[in-house]
Amino acid sequence: MIQLQNLTKRYGDFTAVAGIDLTVERGELFGLLGPNGAGKTTTLRMIAGILQPTAGTILIGGVSLARDPVAAKSKLGFIPDRPFIYEKLTGTEFLRFVAGLYGQGGPEIDRRGDELLALFDLVDWKDELVESYSHGMRQKLIIASAFVHRPEVIVVDEPMVGLDPKAARLLKDLFRAYVERGNTIVMSTHTLEVAETLCDRVSILQNGRIAAMGTMADLRSSTDQDTSLEEIFLRLTGEKAARTALEVLSA
Amino acid sequence: MIMELLHVLSPKVQSLRAVARHGAKGHGARVMLLSVVGGFFWLFVFGVTFRLLKYFKNVPEIGALLAAKLLGLVLLSFLGLLLLSNVITALSTFFLARDLDLLVSTPVDWLAVYGAKLTETLMNSSWMVMLMAFPIFTAYGIAYDGGWWYPLVALAAVVPFLVIPSALGTALTLLLVNVFPARRTRDILSVITVVAAGGVILAFRLLRPEQLARPEGFHSLVDFLAVLRTPTSQWLPSDWVQTGVLGWLRFEPDILPFYLLWSTAAALVVVGAVLHRALYATGFSKSQEGSVRAGLRSRRKANPLMQILPATRRELVLKEVRMFFRDTTQWSQLILLVVLVVVYVLNIRLLPLHGDGITFFLANIVPFLNLVLAGFVLASIAARFIFPSVSLEGRTWWLLKASPLLMRDMLWAKFWVGTLPLLVLALAIVFTTDVLLQVSEFMTAVSVGTITLLTFAISGLAIGAGTLFPQFQTENAAQIPTSFGGLIFMMTSVSLIGVVIILEARPVYAYLSAAAFGTPIDPTEMLIGFTSAALLCITATLLPIRIAINRLNLLER
Repeated sequence: MIQLQNLTKRYGDFTAVAGIDLTVERGELFGLLGPNGAGKTTTLRMIAGILQPTAGTILIGGVSLARDPVAAKSKLGFIPDRPFIYEKLTGTEFLRFVAGLYGQGGPEIDRRGDELLALFDLVDWKDELVESYSHGMRQKLIIASAFVHRPEVIVVDEPMVGLDPKAARLLKDLFRAYVERGNTIVMSTHTLEVAETLCDRVSILQNGRIAAMGTMADLRSSTDQDTSLEEIFLRLTGEKAARTALEVLSA
Repeated sequence: MIMELLHVLSPKVQSLRAVARHGAKGHGARVMLLSVVGGFFWLFVFGVTFRLLKYFKNVPEIGALLAAKLLGLVLLSFLGLLLLSNVITALSTFFLARDLDLLVSTPVDWLAVYGAKLTETLMNSSWMVMLMAFPIFTAYGIAYDGGWWYPLVALAAVVPFLVIPSALGTALTLLLVNVFPARRTRDILSVITVVAAGGVILAFRLLRPEQLARPEGFHSLVDFLAVLRTPTSQWLPSDWVQTGVLGWLRFEPDILPFYLLWSTAAALVVVGAVLHRALYATGFSKSQEGSVRAGLRSRRKANPLMQILPATRRELVLKEVRMFFRDTTQWSQLILLVVLVVVYVLNIRLLPLHGDGITFFLANIVPFLNLVLAGFVLASIAARFIFPSVSLEGRTWWLLKASPLLMRDMLWAKFWVGTLPLLVLALAIVFTTDVLLQVSEFMTAVSVGTITLLTFAISGLAIGAGTLFPQFQTENAAQIPTSFGGLIFMMTSVSLIGVVIILEARPVYAYLSAAAFGTPIDPTEMLIGFTSAALLCITATLLPIRIAINRLNLLER
């Protein structure tokens, strides 16, 4: 469903993403892991069509994002990590606006919006301006907006940020049910427990390159048996830094 | 305490230094251009003031009174502006600034916070008045041979003159934040200030200050002299500055005005500090509370007129309209706009264009030149409302860019939402003034056609310049027009208006000559003049939008 071929992003001399090759199948929930600055957000923003790659291609459902961005983006829904939205629209109006961006409107979208708002416990707030929403409520509204036009692929940057435990659990269930219906999700997360329990496959990015990729079983088989994802992650991305931090604190 | 105050202020100073040292790409060119434009502006203000003062000096008896009256009126306007500006700025610096969480949560002395924030408010709200005042005071100093000590005397008068409205404005804001529901204060303040500003402009116009320049309008010379001698008010700091500075220039130095200025400034700072100590904690806490729930009922069905549009365009237009009318700081400025238009039309009505000695030629050329002023008014409005529209999408750029929305659709939606109200306003201004001036049908057609094309062109330029010079980091829409891009837009618009008027000048002159003196009309000349003006306007509408679309397609954030 998503194919990245030699995906590269350079900012001047700095290479944020260095020639990633990756395929995510239909019905798969794929996780991108990595330390801060590894290139996760840049990769996701390129898949979402916000950043343009310096080199390489992105195919969404076989459609090239560079050649036919409208067709490729029509299949996508994007959830960013920072929920900045129009403060002077109500929740309902915002959902309707997002659907409009995908060329959809009418009673079907209104019904769909109501369902999503109910799902995320936002019904009481649907006619309130977004400026009066809390951080978590905004995040829930953005997640709802990504589903409103029924996309085939959802790209999520740090989905659990700002969510209460109930909403986090709801989101996990929603993501699983969504991929089980044949849709695709690519998400980045720092919460390794989320990746371990939710993702079918994960990829660990380090300095803009894929340091490891596969199912949990694949990753474990490449290291010691019964190793947690945290151990694998630290081994690949900088165990030393964590140890040094402990030394600094205890000094 | 002083060290603590300086420490609280240090990030601002360091930020300014960093901007000056490592400005963004093209920073040098921008500074250069702004300096040149600023230099010309200073020279212009200085030149006009200096010439007036030279003229006044040669008028026996009343020349000195006129010079004093002029300074008094200028200072009174400055005082009003400063008070309004300080009240608004204080709300940001004392209650909404991003550094406040840090400052308030640390054990910094309350007096240091007050001092630092008062200084910040003073600087932010007074710099423009300072820039305006500089050439005016210089002109007075040179025209009246103020001598080497004059700059110090002027400074001694101006510094407390700036501190007084600042201390007063911050105290007023502090009281307002404590009285009104927290987040509503901003809305209430913006409406109050805009209504006040509109009232001041209207009152000033209704006083008809131009009568001062026409002594023959008064019943007797005694009446005229009485008006000139009356101080604006002995209790106003503007009057103290005027008395102090002019006393020095007339070799009759008087210490009392300076004493009044400095003691009032000091007293107000002390009162402000006392109020700050008593009320700031409560006010700040209230200002941090979330926005109140508005409880808007979202209508299921949009306006039937909107239903004609496809979903994407409809939602884009609805979004723009809702965002505008729900933001008090935006729509409240419409009040000011209405006042300005009323003043404009009033001025036209008062023009002495009918009666003895006024020819058909003169009565019809004025409405044509009126297009320049109307165009300038439209450009200013476009700078405030259309130019910032792309910049305001900065924080939601991810949503627009990740969707299959075509940048073309977004820009054209912004264009139409901005242009249609502007067009209604433009036509209302031009048509009303044409009717008031009893202009011929041909000239009415020319002015209506030209202003329509100019409105489209100015909107196109605003969208184009707003996209090429975006201010994605600025949250306050009112600050965006004062950016470098805003300046470029205004300069381009004024040039466009000028060129269009020049292109149409010959055919209009030919028509008026034919109507007044019976000279023959050359149809080719008419065709070339009007067609080239129309083509220029169409190009100025389409080309900037085309460039803006390409720019947005490549933009990464």
